[in-house]
Amino acid sequence: MDKNGYLLEVEDLWVKVESKQVLRGINLRIKKGEIHIIFGPNGSGKTSLLGTIMGLPQYRIIKGEIKFKGESIKNMPSFERARLGIGLTFQHPPSIKGARLENLLKVMGIEEQRIKNLAKRLSLLEHLPREINRGFSGGEVKRSEVLQVYLQQPELVLLDEPESGVDLENIVLISSVIGELLEKNKPIIKRKKSAIVITHTGYILDYLHADKGHVMLNGEIVCSGGPEDVFDKIKKCGYEQCASCLTSPKEK
Amino acid sequence: MNSETIPEGEKKRLEKVGYDTSGKLSRSASFLMSDNRTLLSEKKEKKLEILSTELAVEKYPWVKDLMFKLVSKDKDDYTRLAASSPPRGFFLRVLPGAKINIPVQSCFFIKTKRLSQVVHNIIVAEPESEVHIITGCTTASYVKQGSHIGITEFYVRENATLTYTMLHDWAPEVVVYPRSSALVEKNGVFISNYIALTRVKEINSYPEAHVKDGGIARFYSIIYAQDESFFDIGAATFLEEKGARGEIINRVVSSGGRVVSRGHILGAAKDTKGHMECSGLLLNKKGMIHAIPELKGIFPETELSHEAAVGKIADEEINYLMTRGIDKDTAVSLIVRGFLDTKIKGLPPQLQKLIAGIIEKSSLGGRI
Repeated sequence: MDKNGYLLEVEDLWVKVESKQVLRGINLRIKKGEIHIIFGPNGSGKTSLLGTIMGLPQYRIIKGEIKFKGESIKNMPSFERARLGIGLTFQHPPSIKGARLENLLKVMGIEEQRIKNLAKRLSLLEHLPREINRGFSGGEVKRSEVLQVYLQQPELVLLDEPESGVDLENIVLISSVIGELLEKNKPIIKRKKSAIVITHTGYILDYLHADKGHVMLNGEIVCSGGPEDVFDKIKKCGYEQCASCLTSPKEK
Repeated sequence: MNSETIPEGEKKRLEKVGYDTSGKLSRSASFLMSDNRTLLSEKKEKKLEILSTELAVEKYPWVKDLMFKLVSKDKDDYTRLAASSPPRGFFLRVLPGAKINIPVQSCFFIKTKRLSQVVHNIIVAEPESEVHIITGCTTASYVKQGSHIGITEFYVRENATLTYTMLHDWAPEVVVYPRSSALVEKNGVFISNYIALTRVKEINSYPEAHVKDGGIARFYSIIYAQDESFFDIGAATFLEEKGARGEIINRVVSSGGRVVSRGHILGAAKDTKGHMECSGLLLNKKGMIHAIPELKGIFPETELSHEAAVGKIADEEINYLMTRGIDKDTAVSLIVRGFLDTKIKGLPPQLQKLIAGIIEKSSLGGRI
């Protein structure tokens, strides 16, 4: 943790994927125990931001800094960031011929009984011996992501649309497991885990009670505020209104 | 178990190819050949018979009629050499109706440098019987060169089930030429698994199955080709009568070796069905995988399909696994070992576990 109590500090972050600029001067600070929600239309850079924090190699940092617990991680490979305490649930994870879900979890050093207990709760017991995401339904893919990241127990959880493509019953299940991971039953002062959550539907807001909301447009964070307020405004006016805020400092 | 002529230090080599020398694992029968000499032929199960081929020919004159019936003497130089050699190897017969769930084990061990081992096995699963065979082939740790020529003819009678799991762990300068063929009679089931994960000079293996009315033949080849190894592997299945089914699965990884991965399925009768998969992973630029899947239909109501894919592991897959806190080498190893550890339909769990264990324990050349 840095001296100001921030678990994550993103400073003036500019990122390219191949020749395309995907992030433009992002600034974001997250304290221990905080949950931040990021809204934004498709292609606004939300997934790129999470991927860059996680250290996926396609995201090339042109300028800026990422600090985790006060230390720069921008030159660290993803597996070292994961070991430091960052975990990511992918929006569209690849299916992997060969690698079996249970073998991955074992290689991660997770105790067998813990794997089985959570897999049972997430209705994934039969999926453990299967190849990761091969032939999984959309909902099963999301539950598998939550299973892996929950067992990883990261301090900073990056959730990329964990509820998209999931039926209502399973949204409740996924949200309750995520809530448990993020220690939502504890008072904020006692929580050790933080999160950045990308959501389109906002369903997950009912379960997570986030602390801050941000809107991303064209690779920038264009406004921030209370998550419910931000989401209500988007629902009412759409992202167009956010875009107009950019050019209208009064409203902003 | 009498295996005293295998030096203590070499017994580990046998264990690596699934041959239990301790007597601790359940085996219904054992056959062990060292160079060209039978060291052991014993059974614990009354309803089967295991003998050296030499003794079997003496005891049962009809065994001779089964030799070179499915594999032609004149197929190639190796079959001609086997035909001109004394009949070594083993004869196994499972009596009608006998269901032997505990595996039979056999092992062909080369202990003399530059030796040419020539064997001819005859295996008969009589009607309604079931048997599962593990055959391990290996060399002593100090043997680097040699050759193994193995003829095996399988007779799977009506409603019988025979699984044959062959594990090879040869030395870098050994050449290997198995020549096998199976007759699968009405409603019979034949499953042949071939696993080779260590460095070898050359393995050339193309077993066949002639499948009759309602019968099933499945071939699985699991190959990890290391530097300077050459494999020409695969199988052919001839679906000759109504309702016959066949499957050929080749899972090949090259870390520098060259592999020709073949498959041929012939649909020659009504309601026959065959599927083939030739999958290959290239781990670097030194290796080569040439997939040659062939389907031939000569009857309209046959249904044959194949999938073939050769390439590298996608970066996206490795990057995904690395986000779980595992380094690149571990991610590659997880994918490769899992890719090789394919689930074999119809194989008893004990044997599936044996194969998984061998893949798990294999150093895969120490590369991953």
